[in-house]
Amino acid sequence: MATAVPRRSDAQLAQLIAGYRRAVAARRRRTTLIVLVMIAASVLAGAAGEVDVTTFIANIHRLPSYLRDITPALTFANLGADLADWYWNLGHWLNLLADTLLIAYLASLAGAVGGFLLCFAASANLTRSRILRFAARRFLEFCRTVPDIVFALVFVVAFGLGAMPGVMAIAIHTTGALGKLFAEVVENIDMKPVEGVTAAGGTWAEVVRFAVVPQVLPNFASYALLRFEINARSATVIGFVGAGGIGQDLLEAIRKFYYSDVSAILLLIIVMVMIIDMTTERVRHALIGAEPRR
Amino acid sequence: MSRLRDAALADRAGLTARHPAVFAPPLGRRALAAMATASLGALALYAAWRLEFSLARFSAGIVELGHFVSLMVPPSAGGRLPTYVKALGETLAIAFLGTLLAALLALPIGFLAARNVVASRILHFASRRVLDTIRGIDVLIWALVFINVVGLGPFAGILAIAASDIGAFGKLFSEAFEAADRRPVEAVVACGGSRLEAIRFGLLPQTFPVIVSQVLYFFESNTRSATIIGIVGAGGIGLHLVEQIRVLEWRTVAFLVLMILVTVAIIDWLSTRLRLAIIGRGRVAG
Repeated sequence: MATAVPRRSDAQLAQLIAGYRRAVAARRRRTTLIVLVMIAASVLAGAAGEVDVTTFIANIHRLPSYLRDITPALTFANLGADLADWYWNLGHWLNLLADTLLIAYLASLAGAVGGFLLCFAASANLTRSRILRFAARRFLEFCRTVPDIVFALVFVVAFGLGAMPGVMAIAIHTTGALGKLFAEVVENIDMKPVEGVTAAGGTWAEVVRFAVVPQVLPNFASYALLRFEINARSATVIGFVGAGGIGQDLLEAIRKFYYSDVSAILLLIIVMVMIIDMTTERVRHALIGAEPRR
Repeated sequence: MSRLRDAALADRAGLTARHPAVFAPPLGRRALAAMATASLGALALYAAWRLEFSLARFSAGIVELGHFVSLMVPPSAGGRLPTYVKALGETLAIAFLGTLLAALLALPIGFLAARNVVASRILHFASRRVLDTIRGIDVLIWALVFINVVGLGPFAGILAIAASDIGAFGKLFSEAFEAADRRPVEAVVACGGSRLEAIRFGLLPQTFPVIVSQVLYFFESNTRSATIIGIVGAGGIGLHLVEQIRVLEWRTVAFLVLMILVTVAIIDWLSTRLRLAIIGRGRVAG
């Protein structure tokens, strides 16, 4: 299909082309500037972070050799005995892994309860008092900004070694993280049931119980499960500071160069995390319902 | 307001008689909810028993904790402010370089794992599983491993953050590529562009803002990770924090925690501003 394209005069064209070139040049200049700034920042950060490329190149061969070292010696002819040799301490490790899971579970549950109790006070649509809202939000912010392992370090000193300080540390961090997410869910609810219960003379607690909670519960459960996934990862390392779980044994294995133990424990952790990820993903999709799966 | 409530409560029997369906308890659902709550509680009790929770230890610990908190005021650097500021700079450097390195390394992996870029199912499946494995390992474990490889210090921290983020970035990038509009890519191919040109001029321009925004978001969260990575000896302010906790210098501990909180808040603010500038208001969650 032939359509007549209006042909501009050469002068007009030259002007347009010059304008296009100017625009492209401006973009190029901006990109170059950003790249230069990034390079400068990297060099600065490299100096602060003691990045030494020559040492790195001199040492990089250790990474594959380390991976080779931790790979267990498995022979096809003698597979059963080799496997038994690799996982010589399986019962103990499975026990610790169960501890780790329970730490994550208890901390997620406690954190979800804490976040649940605080999120309504932190939502703008339910709490009129600015002071209360401000206090609740700042408290949640503090809880989630301090890393859980820092809480664990302090709690281990206060409560003694063991899983209890670990659970408390992860629970506090979870309260902060879930409280914020929960509050965001609450702020996006349909306000009509709230008005209905208020109009029928409901108190604040009744509004929350009958108008808000039914709307938000599936989302809350989904977020709590997501947090459980994250906490399962945290619980594997909380033992590094003596707060229970499999971390303590892993730390020892790495520090003392018990190579095959390192790979054995790491593999257990990876498998556990994968199983949890897959299970919670299923449950979360079921909870939220019609969300399409990729 | 309460008049209606009182009236309704006074006529409770009449209301129940007139609207029995509303008041009939849905027994099945209630039983299910009660059972779910009971099993959650039972598991929690079992966990508390197995993990040796004790009320005596708890109360003693709380008293001790209160004592520590009272010792924390006023926070003080104990005359070592320059050391701590330098350590904080090191922490930021670790987060920055770790995130940058991870993003650069994850870009090609993201292409490999994206279904619409690389058609091979085997490659797609394999790269996804590798990324999952990498993500399953916590950054502190990576730090320990890299300390064995390059020795103690911040460099191990940079590599640890990079390693643990490659997994997450690879997955996010590949999802961004898969969600991209196909038409620009087809247009480039129709004009006679090679596959590489299709990726460069058709795919990258539309996904780049998303990728940059995700990288910035991870930089935020990596500043937090970088503060704790020093606990195992991989550089940054964490080393000082753990030392001061071990020697019970609570005023310095409070000072260090405050320093971390302020830095994290500033980085959060900056990166949120940047993200908004890059991908536009309304598309950033949080």
